[in-house]
Amino acid sequence: MELVLAIAIGVLVASGVWLLLRPRTFQVIIGLTLISYGVNLFIFSTGGLRIGADPVLRDVVGKFEQYTDPLPQALVLTAIVIGFATTALFLVVLLTSRGLNGNDHVDGGDGTP
Amino acid sequence: MNPHLVIAPILLPLLVAALQLLAGERRQRIVVALSLASCFALVGVAVALLLAATQQSAGGVPAFVYRIGDWPARFGIVLLADRLSALLVLLTAVVALAVLPAALGRWQHRGNYFQPLFQFLLVGLNGAFLTGDLFNLFVFFEVLLAASYGLALHGSGARRVSAGLHYIAVNLTASMLFLVGVSLIFGVTGTLNMAALAELIPSLPDHTRALLHVGAAILGIAFLIKTAMWPLGFWLPRTYAASAPAVAAMFALMTKVGIYVLLRLTLLLFGDDAGPGSRHFGADWLLWGGIATIVAGIIGLLGARDLGKLAGYNVVISSGTLLGAISLQEPAVTVGALAYLVISTLGIAALFLVAGMLAPEGEEDASDALPLEPYEPLDDAPRVEDLYAEEDERRVVIPAPVAMLAVSFLACALLLAGLPPLSGFLAKFSMLAPMLDATAREGTMALFTLVIVAGFCTVIAMCRAGIQIFWTDVDRSFPQARVTEVTGIVLLLGTCLLLTVVVQGPLGYLHDTANQIHDRANYIHGVLPASESEVAP
Repeated sequence: MELVLAIAIGVLVASGVWLLLRPRTFQVIIGLTLISYGVNLFIFSTGGLRIGADPVLRDVVGKFEQYTDPLPQALVLTAIVIGFATTALFLVVLLTSRGLNGNDHVDGGDGTP
Repeated sequence: MNPHLVIAPILLPLLVAALQLLAGERRQRIVVALSLASCFALVGVAVALLLAATQQSAGGVPAFVYRIGDWPARFGIVLLADRLSALLVLLTAVVALAVLPAALGRWQHRGNYFQPLFQFLLVGLNGAFLTGDLFNLFVFFEVLLAASYGLALHGSGARRVSAGLHYIAVNLTASMLFLVGVSLIFGVTGTLNMAALAELIPSLPDHTRALLHVGAAILGIAFLIKTAMWPLGFWLPRTYAASAPAVAAMFALMTKVGIYVLLRLTLLLFGDDAGPGSRHFGADWLLWGGIATIVAGIIGLLGARDLGKLAGYNVVISSGTLLGAISLQEPAVTVGALAYLVISTLGIAALFLVAGMLAPEGEEDASDALPLEPYEPLDDAPRVEDLYAEEDERRVVIPAPVAMLAVSFLACALLLAGLPPLSGFLAKFSMLAPMLDATAREGTMALFTLVIVAGFCTVIAMCRAGIQIFWTDVDRSFPQARVTEVTGIVLLLGTCLLLTVVVQGPLGYLHDTANQIHDRANYIHGVLPASESEVAP
């Protein structure tokens, strides 16, 4: 399971970085989104991968092995919310730039030097 | 002293921003009054924090440790005000108070929601200075960045939107790196509380230490992007030059957040007693990175073609100098670095405001910043005798606003270059003098030399700009100076002037600050009392 998750994160971030380096604003925003998915999965994995374990104590007595670490889940939730908000903001800037420059190149030009 | 004072610098602007949003854009008087009240109150709170921090004995544990929700520090989030935090909160409040009136003039009406965004920026800045938890630091970073995105775009226009697009893309990527670094550190240590981390690191087993270093390095890159270390800082001059002058003046403070975090974390996590494996981790990178940043800043400064870029490259030089100085991890150098941080922030903020007043009025786009023409020697230059003959015939009356602007510009130049008699000289001197005693580290002399060269090049660049702006055709019209804008500049430069005259007290405070942050036991015992340390997770 670790391997599958590692590959998934790697593919997401690698595609994200490639898109981030592209000259069109739309590609950049998709790249940023993919990177943020990869990072969110990465945060999620730092608590260790467990299936079917509770994040909240159910019995008063119990072992740590019965539970998953709740903190990464809280962290990832915060990261998702913040990432979502900033991406939405970036989208607005992207549209404004498109409107002002008449094209979607990141430098505002049409790509020809 | 009321323990809730620590959270006031965060809650107050948050509340004011919410009220301003409710008041809406139409009731400008209420909105502006709220902003002014908030800034004055913040200065009051910051002074109270500073006094409380001063009253504790030299060194010693932080004055305030505030457990949010009263959770024990290992599980909950703590806010913490020691001398360093209190100093930076006060600096933020002073700059905000100076920038706010400057923004009331022509800039506020070029877009919507300037005032609430400004207050949100203050929430983020104060929060980042006060928090004692890495993830909470991320949240406050995002708050201040989100507000800064809005402010950078304030006034719109193609140039601003294009620069803002780059700024947002770079900072979103940096935030992702921040998250990766934080989660790696959490994965290794199981905690994000800075004090608990500092306590854990010396005893980490070697096989996980490498992973911790990877996490810390990635986290460091995120901060270095915000501090604009070469080669991560190419976004800075363009963005700062393109944004509205009042906003850029406030942004001069934002690079200092990165410096603050780096100073705090390197001393706390990788200081002298962090164990043999982690001692001074990354310090060489900071030193050489700082040196490279100064060089890049000098090149940019000498080639700057408008006043906004000129000020932007001053920010870069200031960042590089501070990065180099904090990497030495010598208490005596830190004292000077903190003094330089305060003075250069005030000086650069004032320079941005001066640049804003000089900008041609009424044009919405492209030429918001005053352009500087390349120097072209005249072929038919008048002979010296002719100049003397001509001199008395025409008396030039310098209008008061121009004279005031010229004096302010001169003061900024002196402050940033570090020339006597202003406090810039004192700050640079108190940073450079101890460096001569701390030459054990390779590269210290290179840093020493470059800081002086940077001062010299600042003089050249500022002289050239000053000649082109003020010793120009007398018939050129200068924009009207508004009282509000002048107030801001006077406040900033007045603070610097005050720090030139009153030296003993502030330097003593900085001395105690450096001692306090260099002894990390203070921080750890302040946040994790002995009784709590026994409750191992």
